[in-house]
Amino acid sequence: MSTFSIDVANTLAGFLVLASFLMLYQVRLPALLNMLGLHAFILAMAVAWQAYAQGAPELYVTALIALVFKAGVIPVALQRMVVRLGIHRELEAVTGIGLTMLAGIGLVALSLEVMLPVTAHADPLTREYIALALSVVLLGLLMMVTRRNAVSQVAAFLSMENGIDLAAAAAQGMPLVVEISIAFSVLIAFLVIGVFLFRIRERFDTVDVRALDEFRGERR
Amino acid sequence: MTPLLGVLGAPLLGAAILAALSGYRLSARVNIAASFVAFASALLLFVDRPAGGRVLLVDDLNVVFIVLSTFVGFTTSIFSASYIGHELETGRLTPAYLRFYHAMFQVMMFGMNLALVSNNIGLIWVAVELATLSTVMMVGIYRTHEAIEAAWKYFILGSVGIGLALFGTILVYLAARPVVGGGMDGMAWTVLLAHAAGFDPALLDVAFVFLLLGYGTKVGLAPMHAWLPDAHAEGPTPISAVLSGLLLNVALYALLRFKVLLAACPGGIAPGPLLITLGLVSLLFASVMLYRRRDIKRMFAYSSIEHMGIIVFAFGMAGPLGNFAGLLQMVMHSLTKSAIFFSVGHVAQVKRTQRIAEMGGLTESHPLLGWSLIVGVAAIAGLPPFGVFTSEFLVVTSTFARAPLLAVLLVLGLLIALGALLLRVSSVAFGPVRGPAAPSHASFVPMFAHLALVLIAGVWLPAPLVAWFQHVAVLLG
Repeated sequence: MSTFSIDVANTLAGFLVLASFLMLYQVRLPALLNMLGLHAFILAMAVAWQAYAQGAPELYVTALIALVFKAGVIPVALQRMVVRLGIHRELEAVTGIGLTMLAGIGLVALSLEVMLPVTAHADPLTREYIALALSVVLLGLLMMVTRRNAVSQVAAFLSMENGIDLAAAAAQGMPLVVEISIAFSVLIAFLVIGVFLFRIRERFDTVDVRALDEFRGERR
Repeated sequence: MTPLLGVLGAPLLGAAILAALSGYRLSARVNIAASFVAFASALLLFVDRPAGGRVLLVDDLNVVFIVLSTFVGFTTSIFSASYIGHELETGRLTPAYLRFYHAMFQVMMFGMNLALVSNNIGLIWVAVELATLSTVMMVGIYRTHEAIEAAWKYFILGSVGIGLALFGTILVYLAARPVVGGGMDGMAWTVLLAHAAGFDPALLDVAFVFLLLGYGTKVGLAPMHAWLPDAHAEGPTPISAVLSGLLLNVALYALLRFKVLLAACPGGIAPGPLLITLGLVSLLFASVMLYRRRDIKRMFAYSSIEHMGIIVFAFGMAGPLGNFAGLLQMVMHSLTKSAIFFSVGHVAQVKRTQRIAEMGGLTESHPLLGWSLIVGVAAIAGLPPFGVFTSEFLVVTSTFARAPLLAVLLVLGLLIALGALLLRVSSVAFGPVRGPAAPSHASFVPMFAHLALVLIAGVWLPAPLVAWFQHVAVLLG
């Protein structure tokens, strides 16, 4: 395996982390969803490169699923949902962007620190991918806790799923059956989300989840 | 393979049929029939156990959980028939949602059965995710403010948990790949176990931490429990019964599979201290929180967190006795808690509220319902002669022998919970009658069946069952 293919692979995985950072500070929903599409597009490229570098043609299927569903169908559907919900012009109050970015950098450092030593014996093509995949997962989690809008939380969740997809692609030879079923369950999860977004809107007249907090069961 | 076909096929076929049926009576019966076929097939597994493959597996560890799961699924479907009938009358559920509810019920049963019989760590994950998503939909089925909030919270926290669990699963695969090679072999649990001694311990340790956090969220361990009380309180009560009785068990079962793997790998961390800490924190936190509950279903949800804490603690203590107690407690809790939810469901229907302050004198207005609730609570609080007492007694004595200080904390938690449960239930069951006193159309059979089993287990555990539990306890390490 050439150093070149490893370098390209690491660059692509690094781009995915960068895309996660880009998502962290978007305050307008359409922009955030564009970034989500970009995120998934980079994921598809990274997975396709793994397919080429590992000589594993079945990974092209994973890449194709990522390209069609995650970079195509889901962001477009979410954009349309946002327009139908009438929240495409709203600015989201994201508190402490600077602090969030710093925390994000800390999380990336943490995941490199945790994963690189334990995967020291793994294939070089796998090693950095796993560490960077964990960064993407943690950044997704961070975004979930800093966002107050249900749609942003969904976008954060999907970016987290992309991180897991990246790890699955790097774990060489993982059965395709598993990946397809994972993709399938993400799709179902997305449908569930869609249903709930409209229900939240219908009941609360907003998709700001702070409205949900007021209805804690104990405070009736 | 025939019994397995019944266990997996009956719910799947049932879901397909139920999605097309609209009449209440017919669909409730089909629901019961599908659940019964699954239960009967599960019983057949004792006599005709299929040889395990790369995908499905029936071994000593899961066979009792499969039977337990299908049994509780079957009794819950009977309870659900009368419960849902009442909900239709009061108009909380519309016929369109009824169809959806029944289909989802079977999808959820399919997901849980698949998780239990699966030999593939990836498939276990997919199955747990399927069961989770179907319960999310059902928690939000009433479409009230609270129900939607509960479902959203459940969905977000559940997804985070399940995401971390998947990451852990991938890491386990990575640890296994150099030894067993890629492909389906690298995900088959039996193959992994056979080669676990050669895995990289450091990678397996990190993987276990992710799995513990991920599946631990689904088990409802504090501090990842936040979804659990809401999901139990706001969904239909049959769903609360299967959530507490089955889904928590299934997630814990998945965790146990990985614990066995970790134990088989020399040089890996001992999972004991992690499990003991999480278990004790959950137990103490939940038992204190029990005092402040005003909603009856929410209170029993906290009691589930408490019991999951005890169970995880027992598995953390490990050893033949600790594991034995943990397994027994899992079975007993599952039977008792679902029985309690059956009775609470009817109580909330006749009183038209879930607020503890607005119900009272239940033993006077509805003697049978009131007394069965008291019996159920006595059982879950760990009073003799019920089965929960036996298992909790085992946990406490085995802990006293090895770590007296931990045992003191454990007993403290148990006593606090006992006090809270008795305090709350006495205000519901005794005193002046509060709330409506209309007669109930409860179905008592499922409730009594569960409580009778718990009582029998407390008085006399059959020798073969004890031998089986001991055998599995040794397997768990």
